[in-house]
Amino acid sequence: MSATAVTVPRREVLEKLTPVLTKRWLSPDAWRIDVYERLDGYAALRKALAAHPDALIQLIKDSGLRGRGGAGFPTGLKWGFIPQNDGKPHYLVVNADEGEPGTCKDLPLMMHDPHSLVEGVIIAAYAIRADRAYIYIRGEAVHAARRLRNAVKEAYAAGYLGRNILGSGFDLDLVVHSGAGAYICGEETALLDSLEGFRGQPRLRPPFPATHGLYASPTVVNNVGTISSVPYIVLGGAAWWKTMGTEKSSGPMIYSLSGRIANPGQYECSLGITLRELIELAGGMQPGHSLRFWTPGGSSTPLLTAEHLDVPLDFEGVAAAGSILGTTATQIFSDQDCPVYATYRWLEFYYHESCGKCTPCREGNYWMVRVYRRILSGQGTYEDLDTLLDTCDNILGRAFCGLGDGATSPVTSSLKYFKQDYLDYIEGRTAPKLSDKALVGAH
Amino acid sequence: MGFSEATHARAREIIARYPAGRERSALLPLLHLVQSEEGHVTPAGVQFCAEQLGLTKAQVSAVATFYTMYKRKPTGDWLVSVCTNTMCNVLGGQAVYDALSEHLGVGHDETTEDGTITLEHAECLAACDYGPVMTVNYDFFDNVDPDIALNLVERLRAGERPQPTRGARLCTLKEMSLQLAGFADEREGAVADGPPGASTLRGVRLAQENGITVAGFDPGTPIGKPAERPAGPEKANAGAATAAGVASNEPARDASPSGQPSEPRQRNLKEAK
Ligand SMILES: Cc1cc2nc3c(=O)[nH]c(=O)nc-3n(C[C@H](O)[C@H](O)[C@H](O)COP(=O)(O)O)c2cc1C
Ligand code: SF4
Ligand code: FES
Repeated sequence: MSATAVTVPRREVLEKLTPVLTKRWLSPDAWRIDVYERLDGYAALRKALAAHPDALIQLIKDSGLRGRGGAGFPTGLKWGFIPQNDGKPHYLVVNADEGEPGTCKDLPLMMHDPHSLVEGVIIAAYAIRADRAYIYIRGEAVHAARRLRNAVKEAYAAGYLGRNILGSGFDLDLVVHSGAGAYICGEETALLDSLEGFRGQPRLRPPFPATHGLYASPTVVNNVGTISSVPYIVLGGAAWWKTMGTEKSSGPMIYSLSGRIANPGQYECSLGITLRELIELAGGMQPGHSLRFWTPGGSSTPLLTAEHLDVPLDFEGVAAAGSILGTTATQIFSDQDCPVYATYRWLEFYYHESCGKCTPCREGNYWMVRVYRRILSGQGTYEDLDTLLDTCDNILGRAFCGLGDGATSPVTSSLKYFKQDYLDYIEGRTAPKLSDKALVGAH
Repeated sequence: MGFSEATHARAREIIARYPAGRERSALLPLLHLVQSEEGHVTPAGVQFCAEQLGLTKAQVSAVATFYTMYKRKPTGDWLVSVCTNTMCNVLGGQAVYDALSEHLGVGHDETTEDGTITLEHAECLAACDYGPVMTVNYDFFDNVDPDIALNLVERLRAGERPQPTRGARLCTLKEMSLQLAGFADEREGAVADGPPGASTLRGVRLAQENGITVAGFDPGTPIGKPAERPAGPEKANAGAATAAGVASNEPARDASPSGQPSEPRQRNLKEAK
């Protein structure tokens, strides 16, 4: 793209910024309950508790809010599927396991505005009639967990959690539960197993969590960004929420930009913004770099290229371009980065994080890593490329959960767009990137 | 060696967080708890967890070995983790890891002879906008390079506690394990440590500087009325829940056990061939 020099964003592009969930981050003490309360905090809760729970579910349906955890499932619909008057306890579980490579939006939110998540949890739990909620936070995220635990403590002390919340008769207990280092625990059924004290391995579906989730009871699992959106929708209304985004992908979304741009960071924008516009907001590419490949939503979403600068980054637009919106983690790589090496490093990740439950993912990623090491150390063959695609063919659609399917994304998409880069290693035009040392056991 | 009375009391507190009959949910925090006393998960720690929850040692071990944060060997006071996943890697994270490994004379998951530092390479730490990043006992040092990293470990070895870029001042791995077990950080002012970094605020600052806000926000907007619920909600919704599950994530079956919508992925596979 032309954006190889640092740029100043034009007005019409600046207007795509929609500071909603990120707005309080500018107030350095917004993590304290008194500051939060002064900035509209817990006003949505008071309003929600005065409404019928079903009215809240309807409101979220009307807003068109879709899950921010990657799959984009309509949130109101999900809440509506919790059976009511069934005599079973209901649970709300917040997925704060943020680990999809490239994704870095949930941790800053919990660090700088933890009460917005806590408030969202209380409203969502009230809507689905849950009296216990859990936030399953990635173990390594200690900085965010510290603030979150503090926020929960403050919320109890203020009467927003516990018995008879604000005199409404509604009770809720909220526990912040730290994980222990396993990407697979972000997959919602693996998360539930982990939260029950087991190895985090995905469950067979059906039954689905809506009827048999935590402790075999009806459970809603939602991402941090999804739940934190709720107080804003309760305050501003569904129609206001839909002034942002596109018809089928409503609202603001935090795009996480990393890599070869002048100003990496979090940019909350109207859903449907393009990468060209995002790069403009980020001050252009770094001097001397031009865009070569990028992920629209984390490493599990197929790579896109400079041809795709004008694809609208909403659920439908990205799918039409042959990828997935995912977590809107846009990792931006330039002509100085090698797509073969990038893919190799992601494969090491999938291999390491594979839970081992199913053969295609466990074995397939093991072998693909070895093939990549061979190619990158200058010992690859043409057959290696067929082996990679055959392996992907055996994983995709045959793996037990989305991790295995996701691992094929960088492999197939890099081979689709950058086969020449692979051939350059195989035919000796590119110097090996890995030494023989890395090759031990590769044959 | 027996565990301290404080640890026993904390174990009871942890178990009480979960519903009666669901005590096993306490296992992950209990494993963090035993690490807070012993620095890693020892056979005694496994036994302790097993006794607290009425599990076998094999059941506890099977869980402990699944998660990377439970350490099976003694660790140093400082767990130094360098992100080498793709983004940090290409931005220089691999060079940082290699420099540290050579300087300290240890590889992945190994501890220096003086017992101060355990080195590991980490997967994406959800801080790519600050890449390359590293952490010490899980608190972040952003935008590092080999020189910064070497200086950092030398200061740690000299007994200093360098201030992380974000998050609180450093504590030891044992102290951190207590927080991971779900206990508050009791250090005066620690929760307040760590102003937002520039990358975190980049977008929202840009909006502020240019006077951009989202128009039409009225906190008094009425919520509206509930939709009619069908009679006999229990059965109706169980069926609907399955339908929704199928729509978002098809049921497992031999042909497609994950059921994830994979149309774009299938397309990439076809077009790569
Ligand atoms: C391998 C894998 C990892 C995942 N990791 C996360 C995660 O870290 N955070 C998250 O919210 N969702 C993650 N998901 C998606 C969840 O399974 C689930 O769809 C999501 O939490 C639902 O919440 P939402 O509807 O609010 O998006 C992951 C899925 C897979 C297959
Ligand atoms: S696809 Fe991978 S992570 Fe998922 S169940 Fe199979 S082995 Fe485990
Ligand atoms: S790749 Fe290092 S933090 Fe994401």
